[in-house]
Amino acid sequence: MTGDDNAPAATAGPWDCRLHIVTGKGGTGKTTIAGALAVALATGGRRVLLTEVEGRQQIAQLFDTPPLPYRERKVASAPGGGEVFALAIDADEALLEYLEMFYNLRRAGRALGRIGAVDFATTVAPGVRDVLLTGKVKEAVNRPDGTRPSGLAYDAVVLDAPPTGRIARFLNVTAEVAGLARMGPIRAQADSVMAVLAPERAAVHLVTLLEEMPVQETVDGIRELREVGLPVGAVVVNMVRSPLLAPGDLDLARRGQLDREELATGIKETGIEPTEELISNLAWEAAQHAERVALETAQRAEIAALGRPVYEVPLLADGVDLGSLYRFAEMLRAQRMVA
Amino acid sequence: MTPAGENPADPTTGMDPAGGSTGGRGRAGGGDGAGESGSGATAGKPTRAAGSRATGSRAAGKKTTTGRAKATPGSPRKATGARRATGRGQRTAPSRPRPRPHPLGVPRLDVDAMLDTERIIVCCGSGGVGKTTTAAALALRAAERGRRVVVLTIDPARRLAQSLGLTALDNNPREVAGVDPAAGGRLDAMMLDMKRTFDEIVLDHSTPERAEALLANPFYQSLSSSFAGTQEYMAMEKLGQLDASGSWDLIVVDTPPTRSALDFLDAPNRLGDFLDGRLLRLLLAPAKAGGRAYAKVIGASLGMFTRVITKVLGAQLLADVSQFVAALETMFGGFRARADETFRLLAAPGTSFVVVAAPEAAALREASYFVDRLDADGMPLAGLIVNRMHFCAASALTVERGLAAAENLTDHGEHPLAAAVLRIHADRARLAEREVRLRERFTSAHPDTALVEVEALSEDVHDLAGLREIGRALAGDERAAAAG
Repeated sequence: MTGDDNAPAATAGPWDCRLHIVTGKGGTGKTTIAGALAVALATGGRRVLLTEVEGRQQIAQLFDTPPLPYRERKVASAPGGGEVFALAIDADEALLEYLEMFYNLRRAGRALGRIGAVDFATTVAPGVRDVLLTGKVKEAVNRPDGTRPSGLAYDAVVLDAPPTGRIARFLNVTAEVAGLARMGPIRAQADSVMAVLAPERAAVHLVTLLEEMPVQETVDGIRELREVGLPVGAVVVNMVRSPLLAPGDLDLARRGQLDREELATGIKETGIEPTEELISNLAWEAAQHAERVALETAQRAEIAALGRPVYEVPLLADGVDLGSLYRFAEMLRAQRMVA
Repeated sequence: MTPAGENPADPTTGMDPAGGSTGGRGRAGGGDGAGESGSGATAGKPTRAAGSRATGSRAAGKKTTTGRAKATPGSPRKATGARRATGRGQRTAPSRPRPRPHPLGVPRLDVDAMLDTERIIVCCGSGGVGKTTTAAALALRAAERGRRVVVLTIDPARRLAQSLGLTALDNNPREVAGVDPAAGGRLDAMMLDMKRTFDEIVLDHSTPERAEALLANPFYQSLSSSFAGTQEYMAMEKLGQLDASGSWDLIVVDTPPTRSALDFLDAPNRLGDFLDGRLLRLLLAPAKAGGRAYAKVIGASLGMFTRVITKVLGAQLLADVSQFVAALETMFGGFRARADETFRLLAAPGTSFVVVAAPEAAALREASYFVDRLDADGMPLAGLIVNRMHFCAASALTVERGLAAAENLTDHGEHPLAAAVLRIHADRARLAEREVRLRERFTSAHPDTALVEVEALSEDVHDLAGLREIGRALAGDERAAAAG
């Protein structure tokens, strides 16, 4: 949409990378967009894993399923035989799995859990928790599966990541553990996570609303991601309102100069009594709408100036349910965010 | 929304704090201008009168709050100014309709009573719900009602920070310019610098040499700048310091944007547990005299523990941690004690928690958990603030009727303006209905929790006038309505 023309061709959509990381300020609906993106990616018979790392069980709520265990589970089908699996990654479980994988220490790990050692290890060094979380994502991205045509367990992985304010630090795991683990397995794990975050394999998409604070955080987030060399993907604008008034009327409405007589005549035509009260209230609502549209226009310009591909999904007055996820997925596909 | 300042007939611009406390308790001229929503407006009124604080309904059985709950009902301070008796003006500018009446049967959060009597107000809630703005608006209103207030913000949006004069993060309260001093109050604001707060604790409780060694410890550096929980812990530490200074009547605290609202209550304990925990003691035990016998008891598991930690984290880290904890231990009497002290301060009379939410399923779900959690911990909950509600002005016109009328006009290709305005109305009415449904879901689960609804602003707030307006809306101050 709006930003496509400005973006360098090499980094524009459709995004066909293996790992899609979705971030956004709290309240912007990043989980919704992550879910819609997963459905969009799965459309046409692909298998996609959607993951979350913040222990909030938001995927389960989005897909209307019981809380997710630490096990990949199919949560949705996509048009054309696609499948969306989901996983809520838990740092403690990831550590146990890691111990088992590398040291065959799972049972010992359980014993350690009882004396609090696992908790200790995952909280003693803040970076370690993030390395474990991103490490699990990396494992899913790279997991082989000989029975599938691609040779990989998943055609794409979508990560519903921490919010924009923390995303650069969360992903930049090598730097995070550098001060703590100068060598050793955690450092090696961090380095292998960074390898998956290479621009040709991953993209960080930022979800925003057309409001000042979320847009400002998006601007800051993109700068921080670039500073640490992480691949910035698209900007997805959520909850967009379409202007319902003609451009001239938008201006008039904002200034309180709508043609009230014409409005009253029209209302009367429909059999509704155009009391002064009603007309005045409707004019106020129209003014609110026009204010909002004006604000969105200004914010849209700021987003376009970022030079990233921009995709938009509308505000749904009835809220987001499972059905709207599929609608959003179709919209993202129609806008060529994914092929 | 139209900023109040744009409306020449609005008597509210330039708030007069004294007016709030001297105004009559009833609402003069309550019948005017209500028009189609008249029945709702009158029905809503009794709840305001009955709106004793949430703490009141929070059961007198709770020992922590009984004393305080008594102080508020019947308090003479009500800000329902009786000054809006003016008739309807002849303006063309879109005047803001009356705010929606408070929902029937739900106790109303008496914001002004809380602002006038409490010593600490903690604003909590999930990210993106307007927590920081709410904290600033509450603080400003309290200051302009005559109290000496400090607001402790964690991570304010840039322009809001500027409006509070917070251009630098210097970890010390600064007076906010532009606050109306007529009622004798003042407002200071500060932004938390968690690393500096941690450093200050170290410096205050140690000899210079010891402090220097600790500040240089890599583990300390990592912990003080990024431990999940340090920010929350330091916010609480700072709160304790501000409280102890005795310089303010009221401290308003904004809480960190945690991944889940619940983290905020757990974090201080988590850090306290961690720094004072069994494991660290075990870890340190072998290094101390007599530690050997101790170590023998837990023998095998500790050996395994050390092996695993060493494998995963590397031996150097473990050494850093040991050095850090040993240094810390000699320094002050345990983080545990400090965390407990903070917890006691929060539960003590004079503190109120305010849960902030937006009318969205996820935010209200978090609010619900948080309310339950505060209750379980015996923390004094004042109530819920639901921000960003969309009020529907022409509420008598239903979604269905509006849409049908719009379609009718479109079908005949006539009156496009009326058709568009009817669609705008239908959209707004539908959004408003959904928000009310979500809010009702919360109220039916928590019928005793007082709440207040605040209307959505079409722009972010970044000046004192905007904060003042939010403060009026929070307090249900009718002067906020520009219904001339």
